[in-house]
Amino acid sequence: MSALDELTTAYFSAKEDPAFQAELTALLRDYAGRPTLLTEVPRFAAEAGGCRVFLKREDLAHTGSHKINNVIGQALLARRMGKTRVVAETGAGQHGVATATACALLGLDCVVYMGEEDTRRQALNVARMRMLGAEVIPVATGSRTLKDAINEAFRDWVTTVGTTHYCIGSVMGPHPFPMMVRDFQRVIGLEAREQVRAAAGRLPDAVIACVGGGSNAIGAFHAFIPDEGVRLIGCEAGGEGLATGRHAATLAGGSAGVIHGMRTYLLQDDDGQTCPTHSVSAGLDYPGVGPEHAWLHDTGRASYRAVTDAEAMNAFSVLCRTEGIIPAIESAHALAGALQLGPELGADAVLLVNLSGRGDKDVDIAAQWFGHLG
Amino acid sequence: MSTVGAAFERAGAQGRAALVGYQPAGFPSVPVAIAALTAMVEAGVDIVEIGLPYSDPLIDGPVIQEAASRALAAGTRVSDVLDTVQAVAATGVPVLVMTYWNPVEHHGVAAFARDLANAGGSGLITPDLTPEEAGPWLEEAAARGLDPVFLVAPSSSAERIKLITSACGGFVYAASMMGTTGSRDVVGDEAAALVRRVREHTSLPVGVGLGVKNSSQASEVGGFADAVIVGTAFVRCLLEAPDPGAGIAAARDLAADLAAGVRDRAHSPAE
Repeated sequence: MSALDELTTAYFSAKEDPAFQAELTALLRDYAGRPTLLTEVPRFAAEAGGCRVFLKREDLAHTGSHKINNVIGQALLARRMGKTRVVAETGAGQHGVATATACALLGLDCVVYMGEEDTRRQALNVARMRMLGAEVIPVATGSRTLKDAINEAFRDWVTTVGTTHYCIGSVMGPHPFPMMVRDFQRVIGLEAREQVRAAAGRLPDAVIACVGGGSNAIGAFHAFIPDEGVRLIGCEAGGEGLATGRHAATLAGGSAGVIHGMRTYLLQDDDGQTCPTHSVSAGLDYPGVGPEHAWLHDTGRASYRAVTDAEAMNAFSVLCRTEGIIPAIESAHALAGALQLGPELGADAVLLVNLSGRGDKDVDIAAQWFGHLG
Repeated sequence: MSTVGAAFERAGAQGRAALVGYQPAGFPSVPVAIAALTAMVEAGVDIVEIGLPYSDPLIDGPVIQEAASRALAAGTRVSDVLDTVQAVAATGVPVLVMTYWNPVEHHGVAAFARDLANAGGSGLITPDLTPEEAGPWLEEAAARGLDPVFLVAPSSSAERIKLITSACGGFVYAASMMGTTGSRDVVGDEAAALVRRVREHTSLPVGVGLGVKNSSQASEVGGFADAVIVGTAFVRCLLEAPDPGAGIAAARDLAADLAAGVRDRAHSPAE
């Protein structure tokens, strides 16, 4: 608790400090490449019932995903607290790469925990982390994926908290992490809201994002929460289908409980043990979800749907061929949501999709997938 | 006074710290864990902790993680944990369940408290539950005469120690160092300091855990704490044994060794 109290105090102090905010803004602009583009994708939209579709291009941010927004903030905070070492968990590796990047930039030691299963399926990112000077530790316990990497990162942090900051990659974990990570990610929605208004002359009918832990989604949604006419649609990992039990669709298939220091929804069995999950995408393969999403779900402000592996991979392929953009498989879940929602809302609709990351890391998996189909 | 309190009184009357021993239920099987715990009690363990195997044991090191994982793979359920409580409580020593919070919450706090009390359990040790979130459990504990045991750590502020100890019943669990469960060669020197700080806020007995694996460490810790809590070292007896019989014998021998350690007057318990 004292580590969390220390972090909370430091965060609130940094939040109010103009110098901290100025340094953060400058790095997001001059290093990470903000503001990111808003790209209209009419050829993709033709596959979505002919409405208008805009992509928020977090794939173009430095390191290839939205994760950079959070890690720069947390790395600056770690340095402000006098920490010399940072640990992180990673699923697909994007948060690990972003953390290694920020640590290289600020001269902090970096250790990334990654499920052994994930080190195999996202090997490109393991290589990148090591090139950036981070130590990558494969985690062979439990299901050997993201939740086990989180467990191991916590175990490290509990022992090393004097020198070490735990840079959590999503809007999950104990307070203050869900709040802090959301605050660092909400720049996505703040920018997109103005960009869509300028491009389309109005607010979108829906904001669509994939949901694993939920950071890119909450970052996209947050600025629109007060806009009652704007639907917020989260697309979870439906895996092989909810009925099979092989999925990671927490809000669609889970129930309330406690995991990783937060009260939220999770996929659990009758005894309250965490269920194993499956998704073609490593970054969505998490049995919990950020508590703010649980709240948005329960209050009805946002709705969440499960997108299967097959639907996501189809959307992946559609974007590649119609717009020449290779999305991350995680983000393809949001694209699949747009392909479903467009026909539902009609040709006059304006959809904003958060393209949370690019798909270079997924080329092997996609090649295998489409080889199976071809 | 609870059965836990009475056990501390008995040990105190003998001028020594109490010995608390741990095994996770269901490892390597439900009956073998019961047999090991029974042997440990016969050899001198005063208070028993039974671990509820959990999928995401955040504060546990590799030995207890492995044992929990195998217990779950063998199909250990919450009902098996309660059966283990009942069997071990029959030996006459107080039995507490050490558990992460979600399984209790999912079972229903009232239902879990009822089932624990019906099985003859004396309380819960809840490493990932803060007193702020413990309202329903504290009510049930009071209603059923169960002891709620929370953890303090070397990093706990005075304010938090006060909050935590005021919620505790039975004893206060002081983690000897910043870290996960696991045997160490040297018990942290933060432990004695932490116990002193805890005693500023409570007259409840203080048990020290994390790291103790032999009788000289037990003697040392017994010199400043009211209980020596041993987990990983006992689990290792079963994990490293070639067969259950050897494992149970090893656990019995370790218990006898540790029991001698807490009786070793070279480090007299603090008044």
